Amino acid sequence: MKRLSEIQTKLLFEKLSEYIGANIKSLIDRPDGTYCFRVQKDRVYYVSEKILSLAESVAPENLITFGICFGKFTKSQKFLLHITALTYLAPYAQHKIWVKPSMEQQFLYGHHILKSGLGRITENTPKYQGVVVLSMADVPLGFGKAAKSTAECKHTDPMTIVCFHQADIGEYVRSEESLL
Amino acid sequence: MGRKAKFADPDYKKKGPGRKARKQGEPEISVPVGVNSDKKLTRRPLARMRKRNIQEKLKAEQAEAHRIEAQKKRELKNKQMKEELAAKAKSVALQQKGSKQPPPKAQKGRKYQSSSEEEEESEEDDQEEEEESDDESDDEGNNVVGFTDDNSSWLKPVLKKGAKVPKLHDQEGSDDDDSEEESDADSDDDEEEESDADSDGEEEESAADSDGEEEEESEADSDEMEGDEEVESGDSDDKETSITVPKKWKPGKGESVTVQSLNMDSDDSDEDDDDDFGGDSDNSDKDSDDNSDKDSDDENDDSDDNEESDEDMLPIEKQAKKLRKKQKRDDKLAEEELQLNVASHDVFAFPSEEEVKKPQDLQDVQQRMKDVIIVLNDFKKLHEPGRSRSDYVDLLRHDLCTYYSYNDFLMEKLMQVFQLSELLEFLEASEVQRPLTIRVNSLKARRKDVAQALINRGVNLDPLGEWTKVGLVVYSSQVPIGATPEYLAGHYIIQGASSLLPVMALAPQEKERILDMAAAPGGKASHIAAVMKNTGVLFANDANRDRTKAIVGNFHRLGIVNSVVTCYDGRKITNVLKGFDRVLLDAPCTGTGVVSKDPSVKSNKDEIDIQRCCTLQRELLLAAIDALNARSSTGGYLVYSTCSVLVEENEWVIDYALKKRAVRLVPTGLDFGSEGFTKFRQLRFHPSLKLTRRFYPHTHNMDGFFVAKLQKISNSLPKTVDIDANEEDSGVYQVDAIEKETVTSDVKEDEAPGTTSSKKKKNLKKKAKKNAKKKTATSDNSQVEEKSSPTEKKIKKPKKKKESSGNNGGSESSVSPSQSKGPKGNKNKANGNDRNVLLSKKSNGNASKVIANGVASKGKRKNSGSVSETKSPKKKARKHV
Repeated sequence: MKRLSEIQTKLLFEKLSEYIGANIKSLIDRPDGTYCFRVQKDRVYYVSEKILSLAESVAPENLITFGICFGKFTKSQKFLLHITALTYLAPYAQHKIWVKPSMEQQFLYGHHILKSGLGRITENTPKYQGVVVLSMADVPLGFGKAAKSTAECKHTDPMTIVCFHQADIGEYVRSEESLL
Repeated sequence: MGRKAKFADPDYKKKGPGRKARKQGEPEISVPVGVNSDKKLTRRPLARMRKRNIQEKLKAEQAEAHRIEAQKKRELKNKQMKEELAAKAKSVALQQKGSKQPPPKAQKGRKYQSSSEEEEESEEDDQEEEEESDDESDDEGNNVVGFTDDNSSWLKPVLKKGAKVPKLHDQEGSDDDDSEEESDADSDDDEEEESDADSDGEEEESAADSDGEEEEESEADSDEMEGDEEVESGDSDDKETSITVPKKWKPGKGESVTVQSLNMDSDDSDEDDDDDFGGDSDNSDKDSDDNSDKDSDDENDDSDDNEESDEDMLPIEKQAKKLRKKQKRDDKLAEEELQLNVASHDVFAFPSEEEVKKPQDLQDVQQRMKDVIIVLNDFKKLHEPGRSRSDYVDLLRHDLCTYYSYNDFLMEKLMQVFQLSELLEFLEASEVQRPLTIRVNSLKARRKDVAQALINRGVNLDPLGEWTKVGLVVYSSQVPIGATPEYLAGHYIIQGASSLLPVMALAPQEKERILDMAAAPGGKASHIAAVMKNTGVLFANDANRDRTKAIVGNFHRLGIVNSVVTCYDGRKITNVLKGFDRVLLDAPCTGTGVVSKDPSVKSNKDEIDIQRCCTLQRELLLAAIDALNARSSTGGYLVYSTCSVLVEENEWVIDYALKKRAVRLVPTGLDFGSEGFTKFRQLRFHPSLKLTRRFYPHTHNMDGFFVAKLQKISNSLPKTVDIDANEEDSGVYQVDAIEKETVTSDVKEDEAPGTTSSKKKKNLKKKAKKNAKKKTATSDNSQVEEKSSPTEKKIKKPKKKKESSGNNGGSESSVSPSQSKGPKGNKNKANGNDRNVLLSKKSNGNASKVIANGVASKGKRKNSGSVSETKSPKKKARKHV
């Protein structure tokens, strides 16, 4: 269990800022105590300091997870967000896409979002902006990248992709083994 | 009860319109109700209708017959009178007068007996009256005469009904008494009638008429009441069905009966008969009287002396009477037959060896099981001579194994746990899946919302029960319940109802440190986190690395952020983690309570499996207790649960822990479930084990489950024992005595306000030391020896103690116990005790003695502190030898 290096921190925050923008600040400065990022086996965990101090006493080989896992650093030294990060991404997300119930299932099976399934989209979403995908009942389903800006979405035909799939909560069932 | 529609059915006759009905007229119903009602009437209303019709017909017939008879009689009597008169005319005129006067007087007297007034009326009047009454009885239904608004009794049928029903009950309950009374009444009536018959026709008739007049109204009322009740009070009819039904086939015979019964009276007086019964009691009782009348008739039927009463009866009654008799006969026969059947069970032949071993049809096996159970339930009577109970039990077990495909061993265990009747229920329930239940994740959603969302997806569900606010039962679902977007979003988790219980018993508080020792797949652990509202710290441990992935998945899905998931062997987790406020140990078990989930349990569990399981459970439980912090302000609680029903894995394990650690059982806080066993076969557990809870599939419709809640009293080890190490029962008390002393010291330590932090640190250090050396008993021994004085010294110890008493302050004494603190291996315990004793010897011995006594009384043992002191060295000596 290590603190993040300078580069790792930069990578992580760059990635996070794609989705939650300036809200990263609220992840770090929290009213309910200090929270910190720790990396273990290339996985990045976000956890309260209190819990961290206790978790530190557990041997690394026996420590499976603590707090919330945000993602991992790949071998090519990029940061990959996991679906488990959705717990913190969803409430702080700046750009959102709501999908119609018909598209819901599709997305949960790992498909991109088509224009036909697009329910709503945040105003002024730029192209390739990280977005959190929600159902029409405001249940967060996953996240992805906007394939089209809001303006473009309006004029495109129904079968074009408006959002690339990155992660969805279907993974909890589909790939429980490789969540971390 | 609104206005009743006038049905098109011609037979239906309205009893009497109320004021409202008369004002408004009959309601018109566009639908041909009558037709429908004819067709769709259920059995009982139909019966009622038939009865009504028949009654009316009968009455009409009777009335007609009466009238004819009466006329004949009158003529006859007139003739006689005339003859008499003619004869007497020849004699003195005074005598004539005298002969005419007496009869009326006599009659008067008699009539007064029957509480009626006598009036002289002309024959013509009589006849008119008769005709009127004929009419009345003819169209009793349409008759409005008795039902004027002035008649208050007409307006309150409901009240009377209410009053009546119980009466009926009574009568049904105690037929005999009532019938006796009624038969008395009958005979009274009979006498009256006889006397009536004796008396002169004129007088008698007039009297009867007067009766009729007098009671016309009330009678009609009561009739109405009957009618009403028939319509309105289904209840009373229920009881009367046996009477009403047979009335279908009375009319044919009825005629002859009426003819018979007409011998003496006019129709009015005939009606009086009914009235007289009623006259004895209230009007409202009338119906019941009739009823009991039948009863009495029933009894008297055989005897011919009661012909009179027979004659009084309506044909319906006669019919009913007969039917009753028949029924009684049938009942008797049925009972006899039953007896015979039972007797035939006696003949259950114990099958031969080959028969038993031969593969059989399952149905035969089932039948044999039933037979054997019957035999076992009344073994004395039913067993075959030369066969012992165990033979039968063996046979039953063999059959149960065949039928439910258990192995012999497990079946034997289950038979020990359950009574025979319960066993079958349990086995049967174990074959059936428990209902699918889900727990709503209170961190993310409310039950109401989840239920609504799922209902919208075509799921049929209901709240689980009063005892939980987060459980839902799923009856049926059109979508896979484990793959809905709500599930994936972590709004709920699929979890058995029984899995909620340990967490409810644990009652986690916010901001606590809680450990779930065997957490996978994280259902209960996530429940704990939800109850804690994501505060505090939750350690979820599981020994199986693969299964921890399920914990990870579930925790992240459910949004639990306060958790640390570890993968330790639960027995060793205390090396790393300690000082928890609460610990949940859902121990691995044989799973005999969840056979419905995993039927392989039925066949693959053996003695050795259970042994392994309970050994592991004991170790885990001790480790769990060690991980607890007894001095936690909010906690110090441990919940032990298994999904097994076997005593070996439940009560026995807890009992073991009670002996090994300073823990006590506390109520689980679950207000249902059956109490744990305090004794089982040869085993006698601590009485407080009744505070544990057992749950069975057949009684609670959840998986078989066991929940026990323990509270840790002290962080120090009670030095119970080493019964295992010593392997000597005789040594127990000595050892216990030693234990006492250590406990004392613990208590002292806990209580002593003067203990400084430095001392505590010392303790901790020592604890750690001991931990490290936990398993090396020998090394520990040597250590102890190093620390303590040689054995000779120990033997002298009591004296020394006395000497040293008062020398040292309390501070040192508070140190000494601390040394004994901390978890130790079983083997070094005795030594630890000795050391303890030695140390205490140095300190104020008297004080420790006193406290030792106090603890002794607290504990179960009765040895005094001094005894323990004297004995401990002995023990030590033994050990070293």
